[in-house]
Amino acid sequence: MANIEKDEVSGVDTTGHEWDGIKELDTPMPRWWLWTFYATIVWAIGYWVLMPAWPLVSEHTKGMLGYSSRGNLEQELSAAEAAQADKVAALLATEITEVKDNADLYQFALAGGRSNFAVNCSQCHGSGAQGGPGFPNLNDDDWLWGGSIEQIYQTVQFGIRSDHEDTRIGNMPAFQTDEILERGQILDVAEYVLSLSQEGRDMDAAGRGKEVFAAECSSCHGDDAKGNTELGAPNLTDAIWFYGGDKDTIVRTISKGRANVMPAWTDRLDDAVIRQISLYVHSLGGGE
Amino acid sequence: MNQSSVETVDVKAVNKKENRNLFEKREKIQPKRATGTFRRLKWIIMGITLAIYYVTPWIRWDRGAGAPDQAVLLDIEHRRFYFFFIEIWPQEVYYVTGILIVAAISLFLVTALFGRAWCGYSCPQTVWTDLFIFVERAVEGDRNARLKLDKAPMSVGKFSKRLVKHVIWIVIGLLTGGAWVFYFADAPTLLQDLLTADARPIAYSTIAVLTATTYTFGGFMREQVCTYMCPWPRIQGAMVDEETLTVTYHGNRGEPRGPHKKNESWEGRGHCIDCKQCVAVCPMGIDIRDGLQLECITCALCIDACDSVMDKIDLPRGLISYDTHEGSLEKAANKKLKVKFIRPRTLAYVGLLALVGGIMLYALLTRSVLDVNVIRDRNPLFVTLSDGHIRNGYTVKILNKIHETRRFVVTVEGLEGSEAWLQIEGPRHRQMIVPVPGDSLSSVKLFVSAPAEAVEDGSTDIVIVVKDLFNGETERQETSFKGPK
Repeated sequence: MANIEKDEVSGVDTTGHEWDGIKELDTPMPRWWLWTFYATIVWAIGYWVLMPAWPLVSEHTKGMLGYSSRGNLEQELSAAEAAQADKVAALLATEITEVKDNADLYQFALAGGRSNFAVNCSQCHGSGAQGGPGFPNLNDDDWLWGGSIEQIYQTVQFGIRSDHEDTRIGNMPAFQTDEILERGQILDVAEYVLSLSQEGRDMDAAGRGKEVFAAECSSCHGDDAKGNTELGAPNLTDAIWFYGGDKDTIVRTISKGRANVMPAWTDRLDDAVIRQISLYVHSLGGGE
Repeated sequence: MNQSSVETVDVKAVNKKENRNLFEKREKIQPKRATGTFRRLKWIIMGITLAIYYVTPWIRWDRGAGAPDQAVLLDIEHRRFYFFFIEIWPQEVYYVTGILIVAAISLFLVTALFGRAWCGYSCPQTVWTDLFIFVERAVEGDRNARLKLDKAPMSVGKFSKRLVKHVIWIVIGLLTGGAWVFYFADAPTLLQDLLTADARPIAYSTIAVLTATTYTFGGFMREQVCTYMCPWPRIQGAMVDEETLTVTYHGNRGEPRGPHKKNESWEGRGHCIDCKQCVAVCPMGIDIRDGLQLECITCALCIDACDSVMDKIDLPRGLISYDTHEGSLEKAANKKLKVKFIRPRTLAYVGLLALVGGIMLYALLTRSVLDVNVIRDRNPLFVTLSDGHIRNGYTVKILNKIHETRRFVVTVEGLEGSEAWLQIEGPRHRQMIVPVPGDSLSSVKLFVSAPAEAVEDGSTDIVIVVKDLFNGETERQETSFKGPK
């Protein structure tokens, strides 16, 4: 049975248990520890009263302070919006071509453009706007639909081949599928197109292809094959290829046609955001 | 037991090893007032250190328009550290590291020479505890009166004394914390804000925390901070050697100790009359006659106490004195005391101090007021242009550390046939000039294009040069130009 003794040195009772002559002191909890513990209990009760705490069946107790993290976020967002209101108004009031003259406003537009691009555009164009096969690289100086700030703004607003009525449309016909050209003619044209930017191509085939090109392709791509931004017809003489510059891809493009879509953003994003994105894209290095 | 005009104090050295039971509650130490050379020295040092602490934030230093005119200012909000003529930006925090290294080595040097002089005289814990004990003594009286008051039952008199003491302590705490915040903001403005309750919550909470710590550390914890919380006494163990000056009781002269009656002969006995004055004045609760010990902060109050006793009984002073271990051995052998300040160890510390101090001084004197960072675009790594050229983008960050606008010209070296232009200027007007307002950072986007042949193996080293148009100060940043492999 327990044999509780008083320890002489400390004046504290033992637990009354003994193991091989070793007794244990029944030392009380340190006071500072206990008081801290009691303080946490008091704190917890205060917390239940003041802050959202207990889950109920369909909601939770709201607490007297009415705190909610969602409410905080809303507050912060509206505060941020209010803080930017002046700049947004200025951005809307300034001609898009003249924003660059106002260093502050331009910085604001680029910063907003960067983050809005990341949210809305990077899915197709890539986080660095570097694009990929079928998705144009926005860093370079080659533009399907024009690289001036107004043209970029127009493209972002209404898209390409989108469902918006003001969209711009340019179609690359499917010359083989629609039986406009023979397989051999298509190979010749591809050879011709490649010969415009590369040396050492088969010049016989290219010569035959040149005639086909003049008949079928030059109406959009131009007699010199340098493209036409009015129609979204790419320049075929430069080092940049939209879908890929190898012969197989070019043959495929001619045979099956191409009709990629850029969505219209005017109904989805604020005009200020579209302006920001346009200015940002224009600033990436290729803007004209 | 009738000693010649020297009172024997009934005192227990509570921190003496035999007296210190782990299970026992701490016994409050009630140090008796000491007078003498070292007490006076301590008052003077207390005055100087407190003055430095309180006055420093109020010293003004003109830095021109737009910059704070406070000599010492840790401007956390704007990320600047001002120290008289020195202005440090966050990326130059290695200066602080240097200062800490110098402080550490100085501490080692002082320790090797004079032992725990820092602990005994200038450590804030010592200074403030001293101040708190001074207040306690002024309000409640010296040791005996305080002991009596502790035992007395609560009464109006006792309560009012206690109240006055604690109020003064809290006021000292408030002033301590209150002075601290002035190092972090413009002092006159902050003082006004504090008084009109317009200052930021962080200022008030900092004052509150420091008031609380000052009050508890100085009023209640006192020597326990040194003994249990501070690592310095432990580090000290490794720093002290037999040539270090410490507070030493000369046992060879003092022993055998014992009470001494007037006119009794000193033949065959030691000079220590066991009056325990040295124990009574000790704020650390030790008996110095046990030898050097961890708790001793070498405040030398026991020297003062013992010296005044020696004067009264007409014996030479210095039964307890600053001495080295070596010195006390020599004294035992009746040799002359000589303290060897120049030793390999102290020489090594001085050498290190000179080296680090020299490096710091050199770094400060040659500190550049222009800092350039170049960040290469990684997404995309490079861009192929329609004419087959390769274009890379760089963000050039130019830091102007003086308080005037400067204009810099940016050029690119090391790339055959390259062209460069700033995004903001566009490819057609290439002035390549970046104005940077005073005390700020400008970030510009730089485009560089070059024929594909100029890039070998996918990467070529280039140098981006930023030059001050006015005084020609130049920073060169090496980076690379990437292209297809």
